[in-house]
Amino acid sequence: MDLSIFLEILSSTMRMSVPLILACLAGLWSERSGIVDIGLEGKMLAGAFAAAAAASYFQSPWMGLFFAIIISLLMSLVHGYASITQRGNQVVSGVAINMLAAGLTVVIGNSWYKQGGRTPALDDLTRFMPIDFPGRASLFSIPVFGPISKIFLDHSILTYLAFAMVPLSAWALAKTRFGLRLRAVGENPHAVDTAGISVARLRYQAVIIAGILCGIAGTYLSTSLSAGFVRDMTAGRGYLALTALIFSNWRAWPALYACLLFGFLQAIANFLQGVHFFGLEIPVQFFNALPYVMTVILLAGFIGKSVPPRASGIPYTKDR
Amino acid sequence: MLKTLLGAAALSTLMMSAALAADVGPAIVFDIGGKFDKSFNESMFNGAEKFKKETSVAYGEFEIATEAQREEAIRNFADKGYSPIIAAGFAQAAAVEKVAKEYPDLKFAIVDMVVDLPNVESIVFNEHEGSYLVGMAAAMASKSGKVGFVGGMDIPLIHKFACGYAQGVKAANKDATIFQNMTGDTGAAWNDPVKGGEITKGQMAKGADVVYAAAGATGLGVLQAAADGGALSIGVDANQNYLHPGKVLTSMMKRVDVAVYNTMKDGVAGFKPGIHALGLKEDGVGYAMDDNNKALMTADMTAKIEAAKADIISGKLEVHDYMADNKCPVE
Repeated sequence: MDLSIFLEILSSTMRMSVPLILACLAGLWSERSGIVDIGLEGKMLAGAFAAAAAASYFQSPWMGLFFAIIISLLMSLVHGYASITQRGNQVVSGVAINMLAAGLTVVIGNSWYKQGGRTPALDDLTRFMPIDFPGRASLFSIPVFGPISKIFLDHSILTYLAFAMVPLSAWALAKTRFGLRLRAVGENPHAVDTAGISVARLRYQAVIIAGILCGIAGTYLSTSLSAGFVRDMTAGRGYLALTALIFSNWRAWPALYACLLFGFLQAIANFLQGVHFFGLEIPVQFFNALPYVMTVILLAGFIGKSVPPRASGIPYTKDR
Repeated sequence: MLKTLLGAAALSTLMMSAALAADVGPAIVFDIGGKFDKSFNESMFNGAEKFKKETSVAYGEFEIATEAQREEAIRNFADKGYSPIIAAGFAQAAAVEKVAKEYPDLKFAIVDMVVDLPNVESIVFNEHEGSYLVGMAAAMASKSGKVGFVGGMDIPLIHKFACGYAQGVKAANKDATIFQNMTGDTGAAWNDPVKGGEITKGQMAKGADVVYAAAGATGLGVLQAAADGGALSIGVDANQNYLHPGKVLTSMMKRVDVAVYNTMKDGVAGFKPGIHALGLKEDGVGYAMDDNNKALMTADMTAKIEAAKADIISGKLEVHDYMADNKCPVE
């Protein structure tokens, strides 16, 4: 394996991590407030569809982003209504969101475009392409430094948005009044309620943030990484993000590392298929299974206990 | 006593449906993706429409939405006495086998898979022959001497594409390097353009400048990544040259439309059970030439490809079929 391939793998790691980071942070916000969110996958998928459809209709990726966030937000609110207002089972509601998104995107896509659930292919003007800053081509052509800088600079604006969300989330959850109250709601909603703060309001806010982040993740999948929507294109990334969330013990910075690690494993799986190590061909299934295997092993023995927010998954009812 | 009565009742229903069989007409069950998928299913749909237009005989149709519907859809048509019933895609084999056994008097056909029953026609394609030709084109168009292959799900059928392609590449340039990758091992591998694109970028990083996609909708990501990165790509099943004009070298076409048309036209009377392999000779596979790739395929290239095609048809040149022994002579 030569250096240029290794650099390409790092570049691919950046790309593959972005949807995971956004979805993982969405899960973090939601679950920190006590709302379990299995529906990350579905919201991302619906967002991806809305982004591709709107980008092609309005001929603008920004409109794609806008509609992706709106649609994902609506699904989030459905989840919120079911699990906060109606105190329903949060896992059931999340699964319902996933099924709804998987079915609706294909049905609507088929009736609009008649392409088997696909949206029309987007051209470069209607996609989020890598940012074209002045001197880009000459910077990348510098030996050694160029290819290395390319790992960090050859990306679309959504990538930087995703990475910027990590310190923002970490800071908001740890330092702001809103974040501290939100975490308290996830740990002990009764105490927060006693203090005169609305549990439902805080949880709705968390669910809304999760919806926005999932919408951005979906936009990234369909308008930046690829050029259009294809049915089930999230391909389990929402679940992988949940795995990363457990792995990171519901913290923002560890979540970033977990997502980068999983992105790196995906990049390796894509780039090193059929590569031989010491005369042995490593089956690609091994790399694909690695994130899940690692989570089980590391949780079992190495990072110790992974503790979810105490009130997560439990609908809040005032004592009477 | 009750048992005999029920048995007799069941038998009479069976006989009734068999009696109806002659007049109802043919039916077609599309696979997931639907009849407007711009690829495999749409091609079948076009064949069926052509039949309808020419003969004014209506046909029954059903678009599968979930895995569980396969058997129900086929059985539903069988219940009503449609014949022949054509099932699209390898994934329907188990359903066809089950229903065909229950309705021995009806005729069934399956495309892309073999079901060994006396009332089933199995239509398969010599994808290795078509892939051989596009492999030659890839090797001749490549400047780096390195070409790629991105498959969908890791199944023998896709290895058949890969193996034919590899043989064609080696025939045109024996020193060429071929990178072969499969997208995954589940059905999701047909619908992951993001992963397809990343795999393509990986092959391009290793030096590949022509990439052949045999991966359903995942292939769209392959074609996109190649077009973005300045490499050429090769489409599959239908003519996909138009997707990125001037950046898709050619497409390996499977004429499922012809197969469907022929089966419908033969009808019940001319039904031919058994395995039918459609290759270059039968015009069942081929490579696409149109205005979009005219500049990419030089006269010299097409001359060499046509020569190989003639040799394959005459039997002088034999392309190894991966599915015959699950082995490929070249890597």
